Amino acid sequence: MADDDLTRRETGPLDRPAGSEHEYESLLPRKGAVGRIFAPAAGFGVTLSSMFRPTVTEQYPFEKVPTKPRYHGRHQLNRYPDGLEKCIGCELCAWACPADAIYVEGADNTPEAQFSPGERYGRVYQINYLRCIFCGLCIEACPTRALTMTNDYELAGPTRRGMIYEKADLLAPMGEGMLAAPHPMVPGTEDLEYYRGEITGPVIEQVDWVAQWRPEDPTLDAARNRAEGAR
Amino acid sequence: MTSTTTGAAGTSGTVVPEVTFTIDDVEVSVPKGTLVIRAAEQLGIQIPRFCDHPLLKPAGACRQCLVEVAMPDREGNLRPMPKPQASCTLVATPGMVVHTQRTSAVADKAQHGVMELLLINHPLDCPTCDKGGECPLQNQAMSNGRATSRFVDAKRTFAKPLAISTQILLDRERCILCQRCTRFSNEIAGDQFIDLQQRGARQQIGRFDPAVLGFDGAGQATVFAGAEDDGTPYTRAGGMPPVDESPERPIGPAALDASGRPFSSYFSGNTVQICPVGALTGASYRFRSRPFDLASTPSIAEHDSNGSAIRVDHRRGVVMRRLAGEDPVVNEEWLTDKDRFAFTWQTAPDRLTAPLVRDRTDDGAPGELREASWAEALTVAAEGLAAARDGAGVGVLPGGRPTMEDAYAYAKLARVALGTNDVDHRARPHSAEEEAFLGHAVAGRGIDVTFADLERSAVLLVGFEPEDEGGVVFLRLRKGVLAGATRVFSVAPFATRGLRRVRGTLLPAAPGTEPEVLDAIGDAEDAELAAAAEALRGGVVLVGERMATVPGALSAALRLAERLGARLAWLPRRAGERGALEVGTLPTLLPGGRPVADGAARADLAAAWGVESLPSTPGRDLTAILTGAVSGGLAALVVGGVDPADLPDPDLALRALEQTFVVSLEVRASAVTERADVVLPVAPPAEKPGTFVTWEGRPRPFAQALTSTALPDHRVLHALAGRLGVDLGLGTLAAVHGDLDELGAWDGVRADAPDMAYSEPPTPGADQAVLASWHLLLDLGRCQDGEAFLAGTAPRPVARLSSELAARIGVDDGAPVTVSTDHGSITLPAVITPMPDAVVWLPVSSPGSTVRTTLRVDAGAVVTVAPGTTTDVEPTDGEQA
Repeated sequence: MADDDLTRRETGPLDRPAGSEHEYESLLPRKGAVGRIFAPAAGFGVTLSSMFRPTVTEQYPFEKVPTKPRYHGRHQLNRYPDGLEKCIGCELCAWACPADAIYVEGADNTPEAQFSPGERYGRVYQINYLRCIFCGLCIEACPTRALTMTNDYELAGPTRRGMIYEKADLLAPMGEGMLAAPHPMVPGTEDLEYYRGEITGPVIEQVDWVAQWRPEDPTLDAARNRAEGAR
Repeated sequence: MTSTTTGAAGTSGTVVPEVTFTIDDVEVSVPKGTLVIRAAEQLGIQIPRFCDHPLLKPAGACRQCLVEVAMPDREGNLRPMPKPQASCTLVATPGMVVHTQRTSAVADKAQHGVMELLLINHPLDCPTCDKGGECPLQNQAMSNGRATSRFVDAKRTFAKPLAISTQILLDRERCILCQRCTRFSNEIAGDQFIDLQQRGARQQIGRFDPAVLGFDGAGQATVFAGAEDDGTPYTRAGGMPPVDESPERPIGPAALDASGRPFSSYFSGNTVQICPVGALTGASYRFRSRPFDLASTPSIAEHDSNGSAIRVDHRRGVVMRRLAGEDPVVNEEWLTDKDRFAFTWQTAPDRLTAPLVRDRTDDGAPGELREASWAEALTVAAEGLAAARDGAGVGVLPGGRPTMEDAYAYAKLARVALGTNDVDHRARPHSAEEEAFLGHAVAGRGIDVTFADLERSAVLLVGFEPEDEGGVVFLRLRKGVLAGATRVFSVAPFATRGLRRVRGTLLPAAPGTEPEVLDAIGDAEDAELAAAAEALRGGVVLVGERMATVPGALSAALRLAERLGARLAWLPRRAGERGALEVGTLPTLLPGGRPVADGAARADLAAAWGVESLPSTPGRDLTAILTGAVSGGLAALVVGGVDPADLPDPDLALRALEQTFVVSLEVRASAVTERADVVLPVAPPAEKPGTFVTWEGRPRPFAQALTSTALPDHRVLHALAGRLGVDLGLGTLAAVHGDLDELGAWDGVRADAPDMAYSEPPTPGADQAVLASWHLLLDLGRCQDGEAFLAGTAPRPVARLSSELAARIGVDDGAPVTVSTDHGSITLPAVITPMPDAVVWLPVSSPGSTVRTTLRVDAGAVVTVAPGTTTDVEPTDGEQA
C-alpha cells in the first residue's frame, strides 16, 4: 500500500503523457524480504551509534568558541598608524555589495578637518546588517584596505534602526599611540606615502596641531609619547 | 544620436554627393565630407576616442582613434598608408579601405600603445575621482588598453585641484590634453577662459595664472581647499589656523567675477560634462556621489524660456547634479551654468512643507502664521476668496514660472470660480501695448521661428541681450554666425560681451528711443540702417520682454517685421511665460489666444468649460490689480510664485499684499508668505510633472524626478475651487491635458495689433542720465539661492556710462559712481563703455544693485549720476573682451 502511494507521488501520474505505457521502475536494487522486515528498525542505528561519539554541541552563549581566522564577521574601518582613517569615501564597497547593504557619502578633507590622507574621506558610512550577507565582496573592492572583516559574529539587536551600523560603530578602536582624527597628514607626505605603508605613527607636528585645537583629546598623551619616542 | 557634419548650415535642398568605402570589410555610403569615425558609428563600429565630439571641430589631439587605412592611388591600386591614421580627422574618400581595431592587429596595437602613453601620467586615483564610474578613459582603458602597466617610474604630479572659477576645478594630472574644453569655449561659447599653456611634459590646461605658471614674484598657486558641510566654499573662518595663501590678483585690466577672479563664462559647466577624464570637475558636485548610485530622470530646465533638455541625477530623494540632455532641436548638448547648477533653491531651508494659516486676534487683526491641515487651510482660503468674490473682487497673479498646466489652472480658476478676468502672470514691468502685442502676434500662434531658424537667417535683436537673457539662443546664434549663415543686429544701448561674440552689429539706441530706431531701419539716409534692412529682409526679429517698458517699441517691431517681410518672435525670460500666455493668464486673453472681448470666443470657451457664461469685462493687469488692492477695488489676491522685488513697483506690491486677503501658493517662504493669510505649499519642478513652453511655442513636457508628497499648483487650485463649490476638473495631469485638448486651437478673430505712437523720451539734465537696465544671467534671483559656487562665477556688477558722461560728472574708469533717484542710490564701479551719451546702465537685480527696490524706477527713467564715495565691491580696471 505504502509502496503504491510512494510510487504514485514520485512519478507524478499527471506529468506522464496520457496513455503512456511506461510504469516507473526504480534503479535502486530492491531489498530482500529480511531487509524489508527490518527496515523500520534500521533507522534507529544512526541514533544509537551517535550516543557513543564525542559531543559537538556548543554551549553558546555560555561558552564562546573562537571562529576560524578568516571568518566573515562584522566589518571594521581601519586607520593608519598615525590615526587617520583609511576610508576615502569612494563607494566602491557600496558598488560591489550584492545586497545593497552599504551606504557611503564622500566629502572633502579640508585643512581644518583632515580625516584621511588625500582629498576625500567618507563622511557617512553605514552598513545595514539586516541586509549584509557577509560575502566579503566589499573587502575585495576596497582600494585602501580600509574595510576589513572582524571575527565578531554577535550581530543581533532589538530594533531595525539599531542594525544599521554607522561610521562611529564601524571604526576600528584607536591603537596604542594613535592620534584621533581629524588632524593634518604627516608633514611632507602625500597620500601615496600612506598607501605604501611608509607612515608608522604620529609625528610631533600632528600632536601639536591636535594639542592646539583639541587640547582635551584623550589620545594626545599616548600619541605624544610615541611621537617623541620615534624621534 | 547626434550625427552632425561639421559646419552643416542646414541648407536643405542641396544634394550632398555620397561616398562609398569599406570599414572592416563592410561597404558603407555616407555623404561626402563625413569623417571615418562617424561612418563607423553608423555601422555600429565603436572606435575608442577622447578628443572627438560630434559638435566640435575635429582636432586629432588624443590619437586614440587610430585605424589602418588603405587608399586607391591614381591607377586605382589600393595602397596602404604607412602609419595608422586618426579616424576622427580623416574624411572618407571613395574606395578607401579602413580596418579598425576589430579587424586589424596594427590598429589594435596602435590603440593599445596610445592608451599606454596616455596612462603614463594619469594618476591612479579613480576611487577619489568624480568621473570614476562614468569615465571614458576608465572604460576604454579596460576595452582597448593593456591589463597591466609597464610603467614603473614616478608619475608627473601637479598641485591640485586648481579653482578656475568658484565652480570649476581643474586637476591637471588627470588631463590627457584632448582639448575638448578649450575647443568648446573657443568654438561654441566663444569665451575662451582656458587654453593650453607650457610645452612638452609640462603642457597643461590653464588660464595663464602667473602663480600657476611659476612666474617670478607671482607667489604660490592656491589650490581648492574643499567645501563646508552645507556646500559653501571653504573659508578660513572660525579661529582655525591660517593656511599659506597668496592673494590672487588678475594681471592687467580684466572683468572680474563676483569672487574676484577674471570672469570666466556662463557656459563653463559644459566643459565638466564633456571632459573625458576627471580633469575638470564641478565644485558643487565634488565628492558628493558616484554615478552608480544616482538615478537619472530626463527633465526640462526651469530657469529660462529655452526649455533646455536636462538630466536630473538624484540619490535618495536629493538632486545631486544636473547635466545637459541631448536634444538637437533645442539645446543640442549644451546648457548654461544657471540651468546646470542652480537647483538647490528647490530644497532650500525655507521650503514650505505644510499649509499655513494666519491666526486672527480677537479684534480681527492679523496674527501669526501657524501650520494647519490642508482641509483647514483650503476652507479658510475658500471662505476668504468667496467673500472677496462676492464683494470687491479677487485678483490672480500666477507669476512667470508655472508650468503650462499650472498656469491653465490659474486661468480657469479666475474665470470659472472667481468670476473675474483679473489675472496676469507678468511679474515684471509690463504694459497694455505688450498685452495687445502678445494677443495679436504670439498667443496661440504655434511654432513659427525656431532655434534652427536662428542658425540660418539674419536676426535682429530688439531689447534682448542674448547671453544674459537666453543662453541657448546665444549659442545657436553664434553657431549660425560662425557657419556664415547668420548675421546679428542688435538695437541696444551698447555692444555687450555677448553681442561682440556673435559678431553682431550694434544699432545704438538710448532707452526709450528703440521705436525711433526700428522705424528708421531701411532709412536710405543712414547707410548703416539701410544695410541692416537689406540684410534683415526675410530674416527674424527677436523682441525681448523688456520692450514692454518702451512705449511704441512693440508696435514698431510689428511694423518693421511687416516692412522687411521678417518673422517675429518674442522672448520672455522666464520658463512659464509663453505657456501661461497660451493658456490664458492675461486679463484680455483666454486660452489659445481667444480675446476676452470677443463674444464668440467666450461662448466657445464657456461651452467647453461647461459654464453658462464667462466674465466679459477685460480684466486688470498686474499694476492695476495691485493699485486696486491698495485702493479697495479688490479684496483678495491669489498669488503664485511672485517675488515682489521683481515687480515694477515692489513697494506698491507689498502694500497691496498687506491690505488684502492673500492666498499664496509657494515653494519657499518669501515676502509674499510674510503677508499672506493662507499659504499653500506647492511642488518645485523636480517634484512634479508638467510642461514648459519655449519661446518658440514648443511644448517641453517633463516627468517628475523625485518622489514627493508636494502637490503641483493645479491640484491645489482644483481642491481650492472644490471648496468654492466649483469643479475645475483639473485634479490630475491627464485631466488638465484632456481639458486643453478639448479646447483646441482658436481660429477666430485675434486681438488687434497695437499701434502705439512713439513718445519722445525725457531729456536728462547735465548731471542726469537715462537708465538702461536688464537682468544678468546670474544675479539675485530666487531660483539661484543657496548655490555659493555658482554665485561666485557671476560677473561683478558694474555701472556703465559713456566717456562723455563720465567726463562731465568727473568719474574715472573703475572709480565708484553713484546713480540715484529720490528714493535711494546705487554705487558701483564705473566702466566707461562706448554708448550713447546721457545713458547709464545698471544690472536690475545684482548684489549691490537692486534697481527696482532701491531706486524704484525702471529702464527709461531719468536718474542722477554723480561720483561715488564708497562702493561695496572693489573697483575694476575696466573690461576686456
